[in-house]
Amino acid sequence: MDILYKVFIEPFVFMGEAPDLLLQTLWEGLVSGVLYALIALGFVLIFKASGVFNFAQGIMVVFSALILVGLYEKGVPAFLALILAIGAMLLLAVAVERVVLRPLVNQPDIILFMATFGLTYFLIGLGELIFGGNPKEMITGPLFLPQGTTELEMFGGLVRFQHLDIAAAVIASIMIGLLAVFFSKTRIGRALRAVADSHKAALSVGISLNQIWVIVWFAAGIVALVAGIMWGARSGVSFSLQIIALKALPVLILGGFTSIPGAIIGGLIIGVGEKLGEFYWGPLVGGGIETWLAYVIALLFLLYRPQGLFGEKIIERI
Amino acid sequence: MRAPDNPVAAKGDVLLAVDNVSLGFGGVKALSDVSFDIRRGEIRAIIGPNGAGKTSMLNCINGFYYPTEGRITFKGVKRPKMRPYEAARGGIARTFQNVALFKSMSTLDNIMAGRSLKMKSNFFWQLFRHGPAMKEEVEHRRVVEEIIDFLEIQHIRKIPVGRLPYGLQKRVELGRALAMEPDLLLLDEPMAGMNLEEKEDMSRFILEVNQQFGTTIALIEHDMGVVMDLSDRVVVLEYGRKIADGTPDVVKSDQRVIDAYLGVAH
Amino acid sequence: MFYREAGQFKSTYPADMAIFPLREDRIGIAVIILAAYSLAFLGNAFLLQAVMIPFLVFSLAAIGLNILTGYAGLLSLGTGAFMGVGAYACYKLMTAFPDVNVIVWIFVSGFFSAAIGALFGLPSLRIKGFYLAVATLAAQFFLQWCFIRIPWLVNYNVSGALDAPLRTLFGIPVLGATATPQTRYLVVLTIVILLTWVASNLVHGRIGRAWIAIRDMDLAAELMGIRPLQTKLLAFAVSSYYCGVAGALLVFLWYGGAEYDVFNINQSFFILFMVIIGGLGSLIGSFFGAALIFILPIVLGIVLPAMLSPFGLSVGADVIEHLRFMIVGALIIFFLIVEPHGLARLWQIGKQKLLVWPFPY
Repeated sequence: MDILYKVFIEPFVFMGEAPDLLLQTLWEGLVSGVLYALIALGFVLIFKASGVFNFAQGIMVVFSALILVGLYEKGVPAFLALILAIGAMLLLAVAVERVVLRPLVNQPDIILFMATFGLTYFLIGLGELIFGGNPKEMITGPLFLPQGTTELEMFGGLVRFQHLDIAAAVIASIMIGLLAVFFSKTRIGRALRAVADSHKAALSVGISLNQIWVIVWFAAGIVALVAGIMWGARSGVSFSLQIIALKALPVLILGGFTSIPGAIIGGLIIGVGEKLGEFYWGPLVGGGIETWLAYVIALLFLLYRPQGLFGEKIIERI
Repeated sequence: MRAPDNPVAAKGDVLLAVDNVSLGFGGVKALSDVSFDIRRGEIRAIIGPNGAGKTSMLNCINGFYYPTEGRITFKGVKRPKMRPYEAARGGIARTFQNVALFKSMSTLDNIMAGRSLKMKSNFFWQLFRHGPAMKEEVEHRRVVEEIIDFLEIQHIRKIPVGRLPYGLQKRVELGRALAMEPDLLLLDEPMAGMNLEEKEDMSRFILEVNQQFGTTIALIEHDMGVVMDLSDRVVVLEYGRKIADGTPDVVKSDQRVIDAYLGVAH
Repeated sequence: MFYREAGQFKSTYPADMAIFPLREDRIGIAVIILAAYSLAFLGNAFLLQAVMIPFLVFSLAAIGLNILTGYAGLLSLGTGAFMGVGAYACYKLMTAFPDVNVIVWIFVSGFFSAAIGALFGLPSLRIKGFYLAVATLAAQFFLQWCFIRIPWLVNYNVSGALDAPLRTLFGIPVLGATATPQTRYLVVLTIVILLTWVASNLVHGRIGRAWIAIRDMDLAAELMGIRPLQTKLLAFAVSSYYCGVAGALLVFLWYGGAEYDVFNINQSFFILFMVIIGGLGSLIGSFFGAALIFILPIVLGIVLPAMLSPFGLSVGADVIEHLRFMIVGALIIFFLIVEPHGLARLWQIGKQKLLVWPFPY
């Protein structure tokens, strides 16, 4: 009975007793949730337009941030480095389309998925070869990212808001908004949606698949760069970020692979759930459950709703 | 090849009865209130224009879909909601409109896979591929070779079926279904995309299966000539409803069928 | 010439169904096995310890994953963790019951990872493809967390690491500091040969056909009476068994001791890459893949410095590791594009050519 009390009663009592701590935990969960959502968004972009489940998205986050920081360390001015990093993502998009996607078109999804594993490892090797394997500090000042914290007194305690986190949440929201507009209002965005529905139909109305792929991979690269700057500013730039980037996968499972709102809500659920779980239930089992909680939540969720929160129900035909 | 467990019973007693079956996906109704029966030993054709619900009907019969309303009675017992493999256990085999073979396996292995239900040797012997496991494997290989002889596909025995031309793939698929020694064999457009010669071969096989082994067959086919020649009775579907049922001659002269196929002036 | 199909007639089904129907193939296998055993007496300790033992261990793990991913078509990213389960189970068993021979425990420990593997395989009934891959990531991270957080698994020792106690077979040490590479190599070789033979029996029989059927066309397989859940769970269990045994071998007969970190996600990926490059759905491919991926950095470590030293450039171990990542990544893409069936298919084509040599067909 004691264990039941500890699992089902005590954490909630604790939440009620110290609402300031609860608010702090929720806020941290929301911030990491927004960043998960941003990474997941990169997956969704590519999946919608090319049906490729891009495992390398997480690595693109680190890779792009590494280029930015690495160039800056070599003496390139921050904004030039930013532009060069964007350029590198364009180059990557073109290269991926040429070398990976084009030869593998019409292969089963799972083959393309595995090809992105190859891409992942290639990028890890390349990034470390050029910039070395040591963790790096993200540049914040020259990019006008705010520092410092605001402490607000509420619920009988202090709740700390890092300015950087606020900036991250705002910038991520702007990105998401821009992408939503891009998809629904622009010509290219509509073409992307057409391609997502049917490759053949899109071809028959004169949409070039190759161009579309370059565009989405480039867009996903920019999303990755933004995510990389934000994550990097919070916890440094190194390939260990990859583990965090993998968290976007459970986010996608919750949200469905094709839905932008799904990615956002999934990201928030995972981010908040993870932080709450770690803070209130983690100590029961010795802590550190953040590493797997997201996956287990996603796994349990899959058993009830395999298509995700917002995905369409899949009807199998024979 | 051995005859199925229940050899030719008198044509006439009902093997499978479909009563007032409806099937809907969300708002779309694929079948509404369809009733017919399949008698032991007969060849029963299901025809109708595209989208009439023929394949959906087969999917209901072999447990892939469960009817939203109505019931299906097989061998005198009302069918509960079941998984397709349970239907297979009950003695229903099936071929597909778009060939659904195991592409990377050879013809031999595909047909051997059809024997899965009949193979019983336990996991322990499978580890060593000796004793009962090997004996069983050889026994079933013998049956499979008989099927291969029957379908005249000896020469492609060891070729991965993915490399075979379409007509031969259809034949291998029939072989795989026969390997299950079914009581009821469902054929979904067995002759689609075939040339005349291949159609003649396939018709011959279907008739022989029916006559030699007494297997009950339900088939969907678009080629009216084939349907009229092969089948004992025909049921006609249109927009998910039954519009005619009876011997080929009766159906052929039914006004609603003629309208459905030729179109009717509105 | 010396490799011909002609003249070898099969008069019985068992002869035709043999795994190596050709006499030349059977001789070839016998020669390879013989050579592998004599290597124990001819090769030096470095070759055995640094090349052959790990090669065999990784081959076994690759066979395990190949059963799941290559034969049954279920993608798993949790191989490293399943290997870990085998290693930790083996450690617990042999320290709890020191009197039972360690070889017995190595085989038994596989059953623990089989059970865990089947448990994490349960979602495979409802989910497929990359969804399943994410589900197996849950296994990877959860199990790895268990290895760190449950000190009971390492008998509460302070270092938190697994170590190989002294264990003997017929009075000769096979585990622990005094075991020679030669003995350990012979043990690993025998276990790998035995388990490879069993795997080949399984994939060529009823069970292997069911796996391939589920992979190629799951709906049709189900309509043949093949039960999807049981078939998939069996694939998970058998695959994890192999991985578990490989994990135990890796820690106790190769490293001699290890921390949880050897079972991390990169290990899972490298095993998967061995399977892809070697050839999905091929046992012999698992050996090829393991050889390529494992031996690549060793070769790079020798070749690169030799190539670059005339120019006054030196190559650090880290550079080799980075190049390994790049080359492996590029190879994955290359093989998926050019030959999705991997090295095994190249091998087969080579044999086919040899059969009809000197004519083109």
